[in-house]
Amino acid sequence: MRSIYLKELSSFFSSLTGYMVLVIFLLITGLFAWVFSNTSIPSYNYASIGQLFVIAPMVLLFLIPALTMQTFAQEKQQRTMEFLNTKPLTDTQIVLGKYFACMTLVALAILPTLIYYYSVYQLGSPKGNIDSGATIGSYTGLFLLASVFVSIGLFMSSLTDNQIVAFILTAFSCFLVYFAFSFIGDLPSLFGKWDDLVKYFGIEYHYDNISKGRIDTRDVIYFVSLASMFIWLTMVSLSRRGW
Amino acid sequence: MSIVVDALTKSYGQQNAIDTISFSAAKGEIVGLLGPNGAGKTTTMKILTCFMPPTSGTAQVCGLTVGKDDIAIKKKIGYLPEHNPLYGTMYVKEYLRFVERIHQLSKDIGRIPRLIELVGLGREQNKKISQLSKGYKQRVGLAQAMIHDPEVLILDEPISGLDPNQLVEIRSLISNLKKDKTVIFSSHILQEVESICDKIVILDKGKIVASDSLTTLNSTSDKTLTITIELLNGISADILTKVDGVERVEPISDKEYLISSKYDNRAQIFDQIVGSGNKLVGMTKEKKSLEAVFKNVTQGRK
Repeated sequence: MRSIYLKELSSFFSSLTGYMVLVIFLLITGLFAWVFSNTSIPSYNYASIGQLFVIAPMVLLFLIPALTMQTFAQEKQQRTMEFLNTKPLTDTQIVLGKYFACMTLVALAILPTLIYYYSVYQLGSPKGNIDSGATIGSYTGLFLLASVFVSIGLFMSSLTDNQIVAFILTAFSCFLVYFAFSFIGDLPSLFGKWDDLVKYFGIEYHYDNISKGRIDTRDVIYFVSLASMFIWLTMVSLSRRGW
Repeated sequence: MSIVVDALTKSYGQQNAIDTISFSAAKGEIVGLLGPNGAGKTTTMKILTCFMPPTSGTAQVCGLTVGKDDIAIKKKIGYLPEHNPLYGTMYVKEYLRFVERIHQLSKDIGRIPRLIELVGLGREQNKKISQLSKGYKQRVGLAQAMIHDPEVLILDEPISGLDPNQLVEIRSLISNLKKDKTVIFSSHILQEVESICDKIVILDKGKIVASDSLTTLNSTSDKTLTITIELLNGISADILTKVDGVERVEPISDKEYLISSKYDNRAQIFDQIVGSGNKLVGMTKEKKSLEAVFKNVTQGRK
């Protein structure tokens, strides 16, 4: 697993992908959080970096597909999948190696935003007047959300040898899992008293919960099981090598 | 026995890519898998390397069964696939270090330089793989297959697409490995196989049509031999047909002839020509090539 992990990580940084993901993530979140007056933290007048956690999922929604689209689609297209499959590696090692490499890159993108927290902490009046609990919860939520997006991305990439197809499928599926359930739940008189249950299937509901600073095991279990399911599906899809 | 293949069958839908083939290879042997395109060479190799499972039959590598001990087999095998898949964006050494890590080899700083030396990558070792020419990519592929000093090497068309010099080098590289490794390699170019293989398995349409050592294959096939002669002056073909053993005389030009004989009767041909007052300026016995063997065994089945 370590070999695949290191290889993936170095391939992110030997191509532009890795740098692009880092730069674009920080650029967009930075602009929205500090520059654009409609959404910026200083114009919000409260010592909170909540804005960051509204924008970040949107950015991840198209950056993670761009990150994961190559994972398997490219290996298949270059036929290097045959190379990996004839080496002493299990499918689990290959999938998890790639999964953790993608997660590492996402973590590297999210990590510098801790500066936002530090800035607001210093700027708060009185100093340190920021809801640290909610911030910890929000970071946890963002990380869990990313772990689901990455697992969806790996699965979609394992289905095709075309990176563009993998990108579109991933972006669309992440969008569905993130928003669609809340939208459907909000439709008037469609499900009536089942509205809440419908929303419960979507990521947004759980993400909002955790962002409040209350890390509920039910929400954590939701994220972990969703990510595990897609990782498992990836392994199933890989084990059927098309014969 | 390093490799034992027993009644191996692989079918895609209705079509059998390979059909109940059986052969074996002892330790230290170089076995050539031979056959026209689509004969099932690659399929056989893909099963041996645990890339895909057989439909029926068994394959054993170093006493381990394909389908049961896949990881253990993959550790003992070095495989160079037909299309030689490489990561173009990686550097040669970076790639080899990656393969080293996959095999979880013990730390040995000298391993990669030794390997680079062995396959003759010296001059190109600091380049990106995508910048290498086909022959050098092939060497990277070979280095990758041999990095863990495997007991069995499976090479799918290792010398196709190389220039003549590279061909000679890679061929001598393979035959030098011989001592302690079992090598299986495929080809549809017969001369390649002829020079380095101990044993040849000829496949056609998924079936084994011949499987034996080179010398037996040569002797069991048609024994007639072809002799080319060149004369100083023109001669009548009738004079040549009178020689004992000559079956057919075909003129190439009025001074050159192609003679088919039942046995090696070059001395008699010489005497006959000199006796007729002509002068012989050239005579060669055509080496019986595998090409002929191949034609014999595959055409009989049509």
